[in-house]
Amino acid sequence: MKTLPSVDVVIVGGGWTGLLMAKELGSRTSLSVVVLERGGPRNADNYGDDMDELDYSIRFRMMQDASRETVTLRHTTTERALPLRQHASFFPGAGVGGAGEHWNGEFPRMLPDCFALLSKTIEKYGAERLPEDHSIQDWGVTYDELEPHYMRVEMLLGISGKAGNLRGKQMEGGNIFEGWRSGEYPNPPVKIPYFSAMFRDATKALGYHPYPIPAATISQVYTNPDGIARPGCTYCGFCERFGCMIGAKAQPTNTLLPVIQKRKNVALRTGATVRRIVYDTTQNGKRARGVSYIDATGQEIFQPAEVVFLASWTLNNTRLLLLSQIGEPYDPASGKGTVGRNLTHQVYYPAATAFFEKPLNRFMGSGAAGVRIADFDGDLFDHSGLPFMRGGILLALSLGFRPIANFGVVPQSVKPKWGSEWKKAAVHYYDRTGNIVFHGEHLAYKGNFMDLDPVYKDHFGDPLIRFTLDWRENERKMAEFATAKAVEIARQMGAKEVTPFPGLRSYDATRSQSTHIQGGTIMGSSPDRSVINPYLQHWQVSNLFVLGGSVFPQNASANPTPTILALTSRTADAVVNRYLKNPSALA
Amino acid sequence: MRRREFLTLSAASIGGVVVYSLDRKASRISPQAGNSIRIPLRFFTEAEALIVAAAASCIFPSDEAGPGAREAGVAVYIDRQLAGPWGRDRHRYTQEPFEENAPMEFGYQGQATPQQIYHQGLKELKGFAGLGPDEQNQKLKQIETTVFFSLLRQNTIEGMFCDPMHGGNIDLLGWQMIGFPGPRMSNFDDVDKHFGEAFRPKPASLSQMTGRKARASEDQE
Repeated sequence: MKTLPSVDVVIVGGGWTGLLMAKELGSRTSLSVVVLERGGPRNADNYGDDMDELDYSIRFRMMQDASRETVTLRHTTTERALPLRQHASFFPGAGVGGAGEHWNGEFPRMLPDCFALLSKTIEKYGAERLPEDHSIQDWGVTYDELEPHYMRVEMLLGISGKAGNLRGKQMEGGNIFEGWRSGEYPNPPVKIPYFSAMFRDATKALGYHPYPIPAATISQVYTNPDGIARPGCTYCGFCERFGCMIGAKAQPTNTLLPVIQKRKNVALRTGATVRRIVYDTTQNGKRARGVSYIDATGQEIFQPAEVVFLASWTLNNTRLLLLSQIGEPYDPASGKGTVGRNLTHQVYYPAATAFFEKPLNRFMGSGAAGVRIADFDGDLFDHSGLPFMRGGILLALSLGFRPIANFGVVPQSVKPKWGSEWKKAAVHYYDRTGNIVFHGEHLAYKGNFMDLDPVYKDHFGDPLIRFTLDWRENERKMAEFATAKAVEIARQMGAKEVTPFPGLRSYDATRSQSTHIQGGTIMGSSPDRSVINPYLQHWQVSNLFVLGGSVFPQNASANPTPTILALTSRTADAVVNRYLKNPSALA
Repeated sequence: MRRREFLTLSAASIGGVVVYSLDRKASRISPQAGNSIRIPLRFFTEAEALIVAAAASCIFPSDEAGPGAREAGVAVYIDRQLAGPWGRDRHRYTQEPFEENAPMEFGYQGQATPQQIYHQGLKELKGFAGLGPDEQNQKLKQIETTVFFSLLRQNTIEGMFCDPMHGGNIDLLGWQMIGFPGPRMSNFDDVDKHFGEAFRPKPASLSQMTGRKARASEDQE
């Protein structure tokens, strides 16, 4: 193994969190920073030619290569896990920018009570209302503490939206249920296409409170506080699974990379696959010494560093801690151990597929163009008489309909799945179909967790990460409730036929249900029940920090990236202002 | 090296459209001229290609609702996909052990690559191209729950609506039929207008839109 000269900071992963930390440390300190990204280089110019649905969306050109590494899945500990041989359920990114390149750019904050989910729920309903096998926790950070960081990352990305709660004052046109905001969004909302406008009018007529989705696909030319300028969205409809051809969608490569490239103290190495965090064991616990990785030529390299940031997405953050044997693996039988616990996904499905008489022109849109209602989110409605806790968002997204993925959906009255009758209906309904999507909270359970698979390996021979994951009654009942609401809205929108979601059964890895995978290295206020402290610092290894969705104790209905970036921003402040002066435990 | 196979398309069979040969030279063939074009195949034999063309045409027929798989060049599209990285499972996780009878919610768990699934499936459709329409539909009904059929159905939709650089959607027939204009630089002026009425800009392929040659993954790896 070749050993390189030591650096101050090594960051594993060149996506949103890794590059945000690199930008902050590179700009605010003179530390030497190395970012190791296992995928290839990428820059904004790559995206001029990418608007090909087949290669990018259907064949996953921007995703992690599943032939090299995937995850395995079982529903319970008594099942044998099988590898997810092709992406379908969620889409890990690869290359500089990671999944932040191919996202849609919806940018909602979490509701304030999400951060104190356990204590608030018990306070209002009593512990007996929670599912027996739940393992939800408070985060150890409050919404109020995070608010300035939400604001900061919204300014950084140029989020386009309308405030609904400005310092406690309800604002017409925004989400009146949201947590307080210290300022308006930096840009006005994006345009609302027809299908989403119909949803807005229908939900208003039903007495709900529609609002435009806060969007990282920005509404107008914008220059952020770093001096990075991006153009407004043109609604081409190629966001999800694509990089933005003009840079209107905030991506790590167009928002962070241009700043990083100007910093002489930050180096970004691509094709560098980190396999282990290397540490010493001392009397006071463990201390990270750096990381070992395989470079693009296949050579094994040791990169010594004073501080290690693990920023390699939920799956790999958890896997690297397990492979490096840092912390105690979670054991669901005894409840002991912390690494791998509280795996959550997102209760995400098309609640109502609505068929209309008039064409919708659905090829126009953008990843975050659309309208939501939060009337059934979190605990914003009383759950006393309901058979489930918490809730979620109903939304009509106009992200740009593309034909391979969307052709062939027909009303239930059309029985054939191929041939002339099916084709006629599918051609007719192609541009007359819209989904009202439900985006709900997934509680954490003792039996949903990650560990290392005993059978299947990656292309280096290291064990894959294994999911033990299934839905529970709470999600199924919540889904039934939300489906009924969505059908009501679809009817109000004037749909001629509506297909309701058939319901959640066991976790189905063939159904795309957002890339919001969380947990495994969760944060919290006690080392017995969490891997990292509220500053995302490892409880036992104080020079190791973990960034990303892996730190969420449980899922919230909100898309995770805003909270991931706000937490990263808070950690950057804590590192610069406190840790560097006194490198020790921050909590 | 296998013998070079060609799929011969007659103008009468495809209704007179532009087809693209392997080197992407476009030729327009018209029923009036009564001519035909020979397209070199990358994966299928000619007999296999004719079965695929016939079966895809049952799945997505030409009828009063518009053109179908035959006119759009779906068989050519599938031939190229199978010869490319997708057909060889270049990006699928293929480590053992395989669990062929896994429940649906784990996705396809079999060992066979798309190339192998097609080869096997086509063996069982021997003589299919020569059957009458009713017999063809009946034959497909018998296999409609197989992995092969679900691949064929999915690939047929792909071939109808992919960018023409992949060999299907010839003349943008698929896109024209459903009102999809292809990639567009901007819908800024239109996205919040035309409510309730069809807005149908003239379709353009990726190459036409960018003015540059687009690169298909199956031609690169």
